[in-house]
Amino acid sequence: MTEEELIPTSSSLLSFSLFPCCRPLSVSLSRSPSLSPPLFLSPPLSFPQIHIIDFDDENNIISKSVLLHQAGEIWHISASPADKAVLSTCYNKTSESRVVTCGAVWRMPPEWESGSHESPDDPHNSHNPQNLELLCHLDNSAHGNASSVLWEPMGDGTRVISLADNHALLWDLTESSTQATISSSATLEGKGQLKFTSGKWGPHHNCTQLATANDTAIRGWDLRTMSQIYCIENAHGQLVRDLDFNPNKQYYLASCGDDCKVKFWDVRNINEPVKSLEEHSHWVWSVRYNHSHDQLVLTGSSDSRVILSNMVSISSEPFGHLVDDDDLSDGEDNHQYDKSKEPLQDSIISTYEEHEDSVYAVEWSSADPWLFASLSYDGRLVINRVPRALKYHILL
Amino acid sequence: MDGDICATATTPPDSDPARKRRVHGMLKLYYGLNEEGKTVDQAESMNPCDINGTHFDPEVYLNKLRRECSLGELMDQESCMVKQIRSLDSDMQTLVYENYNKFISATDTIRKMKNDFKKMEDEMDCLSTNMAAITEFSAHISGTLQDQHAQITKLSGVHTLLRKLQFLFELPARLNKCLELQAYSQAVSSHRRARCVLQQYSHMPSFRGIQDDCHAIMDKLAQELRQKFRDGGSSAKDLSECVELLLQLDEPAEELCDKFLIHAQSRLEANLRGLEAELRPPLSSGPTSVIDPSIGPARRLSAAPTAGSPTDPTSLGNPFLSSSSRTDILEFIDRGCNEFVSSLCLVIASYQELFVNRPQEGNLASKNIPHMAIGKLHAFVDAMATCYFSLVERRIQEEKSVGDNSLLVRALDRFHRRLQAVAKLLPGSAVPSQGTEIVVRAARERIQQYLAALQSFYLDSLRDVRQALAAPRLGGSSAGGGSHLAGPATGKDAPASLPELLSSLSASILNQIKSVMASVQLFTAKDITFSNKPYFKGEFCSQGVRESLVVNFIKFVCQSSRQFCESVGDRGGSTPPALLLLLSRLCLDYETSTITYILTLTDEQFLVQVLFNHEKCVQGLIISQMLRKSVETRDWVNTIEPRNVRAVMKRVVEDTTSIDVQVSLLYEEGTRKAHSSDSSKRTFSVYSGSRQQTRYAPSYTPSAAMDTNFLSNIHKLFSERIDIFSPVEFNKVSVVTGIIKISLKTFLECVRLRTFGRYGLQQIQVDCNYLQMYLWRFVSDENLVHFLLDEIVGSTAHRCLDPAPMEQSVIEVICERG
Repeated sequence: MTEEELIPTSSSLLSFSLFPCCRPLSVSLSRSPSLSPPLFLSPPLSFPQIHIIDFDDENNIISKSVLLHQAGEIWHISASPADKAVLSTCYNKTSESRVVTCGAVWRMPPEWESGSHESPDDPHNSHNPQNLELLCHLDNSAHGNASSVLWEPMGDGTRVISLADNHALLWDLTESSTQATISSSATLEGKGQLKFTSGKWGPHHNCTQLATANDTAIRGWDLRTMSQIYCIENAHGQLVRDLDFNPNKQYYLASCGDDCKVKFWDVRNINEPVKSLEEHSHWVWSVRYNHSHDQLVLTGSSDSRVILSNMVSISSEPFGHLVDDDDLSDGEDNHQYDKSKEPLQDSIISTYEEHEDSVYAVEWSSADPWLFASLSYDGRLVINRVPRALKYHILL
Repeated sequence: MDGDICATATTPPDSDPARKRRVHGMLKLYYGLNEEGKTVDQAESMNPCDINGTHFDPEVYLNKLRRECSLGELMDQESCMVKQIRSLDSDMQTLVYENYNKFISATDTIRKMKNDFKKMEDEMDCLSTNMAAITEFSAHISGTLQDQHAQITKLSGVHTLLRKLQFLFELPARLNKCLELQAYSQAVSSHRRARCVLQQYSHMPSFRGIQDDCHAIMDKLAQELRQKFRDGGSSAKDLSECVELLLQLDEPAEELCDKFLIHAQSRLEANLRGLEAELRPPLSSGPTSVIDPSIGPARRLSAAPTAGSPTDPTSLGNPFLSSSSRTDILEFIDRGCNEFVSSLCLVIASYQELFVNRPQEGNLASKNIPHMAIGKLHAFVDAMATCYFSLVERRIQEEKSVGDNSLLVRALDRFHRRLQAVAKLLPGSAVPSQGTEIVVRAARERIQQYLAALQSFYLDSLRDVRQALAAPRLGGSSAGGGSHLAGPATGKDAPASLPELLSSLSASILNQIKSVMASVQLFTAKDITFSNKPYFKGEFCSQGVRESLVVNFIKFVCQSSRQFCESVGDRGGSTPPALLLLLSRLCLDYETSTITYILTLTDEQFLVQVLFNHEKCVQGLIISQMLRKSVETRDWVNTIEPRNVRAVMKRVVEDTTSIDVQVSLLYEEGTRKAHSSDSSKRTFSVYSGSRQQTRYAPSYTPSAAMDTNFLSNIHKLFSERIDIFSPVEFNKVSVVTGIIKISLKTFLECVRLRTFGRYGLQQIQVDCNYLQMYLWRFVSDENLVHFLLDEIVGSTAHRCLDPAPMEQSVIEVICERG
């Protein structure tokens, strides 16, 4: 639909972290905009930035504001669910020819928050970017390199988990997020150098579940006892890259990895996946369930494709909707109606090939369930919409 | 002005537009107005200043005129209006005059009509009186004729009675005459006509006498008919006539059915005996047991195969029974079809004609003949078919030679086709399905035979190979304790023949399999009737051919190879090591590719692609894993200055080479884009010389870094997009290209995840240069390797803390030393 080529305008900046947040949502403060694709590519010598992309759905206008992140290049980014001006990052810090990855919580400058960011046409926008205001470090030098920071889903923004090497640390943020203390932690033990590659905080069971990936295994953790509850060994043939919880079905989980596959798991039966997709031809970097219609699954891969699939058979929505026929006057209308009621099969809805380079992140908009964005290495952000026909099919 | 009526109808504001419109439509139709006229009217009529509209308000109009017009215009308007009024007046006068004239003429017409009607009324009265007179006369006439009419009726009644009586009295004589003339049907019909009457009046002696006479004659007739029926020599038509007459004579239908079937059976069994005789010509003790007509048909027939079975072993063991001495299976089936099946069909048809499909009349209907008859027929047909099938199956089993499958298939086809006729005649019968089962069994058996043949062929060829290997080895061992190198002549022979042997072995096995496939394919050819049965559509292909034939064969190959391995331990050096080598090579090849190839022969084209891609992925995987581990486990920031190409890269090149060799054993070369005469050198210098320099040399200065990005973007714009993941074709280059593409892409992704120091970048430069030197020759399009390696070095430079590239000459020196 909309495509913007983000050729860096300021000098030697390559790092984009983008909010495709939409207008209606930035008005409502009760829910925060979902932070979308963390993109983490920047020459360590330059100044990484966070780009906030504002997409005006009605007018198809994209506006962008830039914030400086001077601490180092960003590898992971996520937004607080409670305060839309607060976000956390994982970044590389280079000191004495050593590269350390740290986690930190930041606040965006108030100018941005008050909504007075520049109009899209303002060319001076990126020339004097604002700095992020540091709230606190998730100081974990004892525990190794942080790979990601996760906020409690739908929480009040006071609980954060950071994954560092083989530790999962649960932090309590106090005094409006300026103090962080470790409340509990779990450690992955085993042979060799174990390292969490990614994780996801489950929104079900009162947010007491955490799923993590290390090498080819997926593990589930109970946050109350900080103990492992399940472990899917060899979930993928190679490294597991990303995980996502089904927002509507509490035991369902999607994962993707270097074996080009996307797998769907029922964690009550971990012996084999419920479903497995093999549409990509290289590593799958990101998998995301749609927040409200969980049959829509988005995947991005380094074969530079984004694939939107329709997994009806394992979604929470029943096959045939019980729609009572209102008295439709026209016979022709009725006929079409009957046709559309046939259950859809699991299928690929469409493959988006707009990207020229590897796609590292895909994300659904949290405001409009039919909108999604994808981001590739060359800095191109593509915002797409679910095909209209399918949208109406799901809604009606 | 005429439109005014319409306008009044349209003007009221509509509450229900649809209905109003419909009313409009009707009015419009009535007044012959079109759509335009209506809309114009409607628009005009709403305007109070419109002089022609119904809403015309003189006051408003006048005010408007007064307001808007000057005096002159007003004057003009007035004169114009006066003129119009005048013309309207005269129009109206003419209209009134014309209407008056019409009214006068209408009154005249009505008066005239009144007069005419009076005259007509008088005439009608006259007519009705005349009619009444006629009726009276006719009643009178019929009254006088009444008596005579009654007399005539009575006389004619007597006459018919007399004629009937005469018929009765003449009946015995007539029946006798018919009997003499063998006009049985006439006799039966006459008798039937008289039977009721005779029955009714049997208390009178004279009638009694006639009845007795008739009975005697009819008994005689029935006797004669039965005799004729039993004789059996008569034609089918005669037979059916007999049966019909007998049925009319109240013979029990059941008995008739039995008799009919027994009769048919004897003929069919003659056919079967003929067939059986063909099965074993020299034997005399066939199941020629004369069948006792008193036993029920089903029981008797079940005895027939058991009678034949003891003779089976002797027939199989008979040395004279070579297949050449007999008719082939096609002829056999042909004969079976022509004789047995066609006469069976005839029997079924005439039987149905006689007993099942007859129009039911009189007391015959109550006996429910068709039901009983169909039951008997089914039992009969099943029994006969079982006999026939057992014969056919025995014949098929004797068809052991694997040579010409088409004959068998054609025979089976004919067999199956002819049974369809039976199915058509007798819808509920189990015969066709049994026939299909036989065909299926035969197909399965055939597959087993092919498997056995394949296995024996494999063993034979293996033995040949062994002998071929053993012969030079023996010579060699005599020369110098088994060392091949000692005896140059023999030593040269053996290794040289190894690849040849391998290729000839695998080629001959493949050929054999292909030919077997081709002949098995006959089973599913389009023009064969049973090929569209569900079994042959699905299970036969997947289970039969694929699983039991191909897979079993491969299993057998594996098993025999394993046996060889085990026997080595037992018997020491009895198995030549070269053979083992050969076998292992063969198995390896089968494992990696040939199995895919064979299976693809059986499967559809799309499956081919899947399997092939999988193979590509598996091999690519090994290399990419290696690369990934090598990138991830190293601390690239603090690495030392590169002095050598990393060992991993050498491994990659080695593995690629070995894959290339392995694949080239089995697949043809495939097309590749033309190389330049000095691909490795020339393109390389372009790659790392000019472009690389522009890429990261300026990145020291922030302002120029943008240019590099622009450059790379522009470069990407102009270079055609390289599709990294296109599916593999069936040739060596395509396979190896696929593997290399996947490996390099993995390398790229890994590099992008790391941070590099100055020497890390230089190490990657060296590695890429090395890969560049060796990999270009394997791929179909060398630009692809350039592009990917370029990307790798470019990404590394972006990820580098201190991007200081190495001198090109130094890189070259390092690579060449490696």
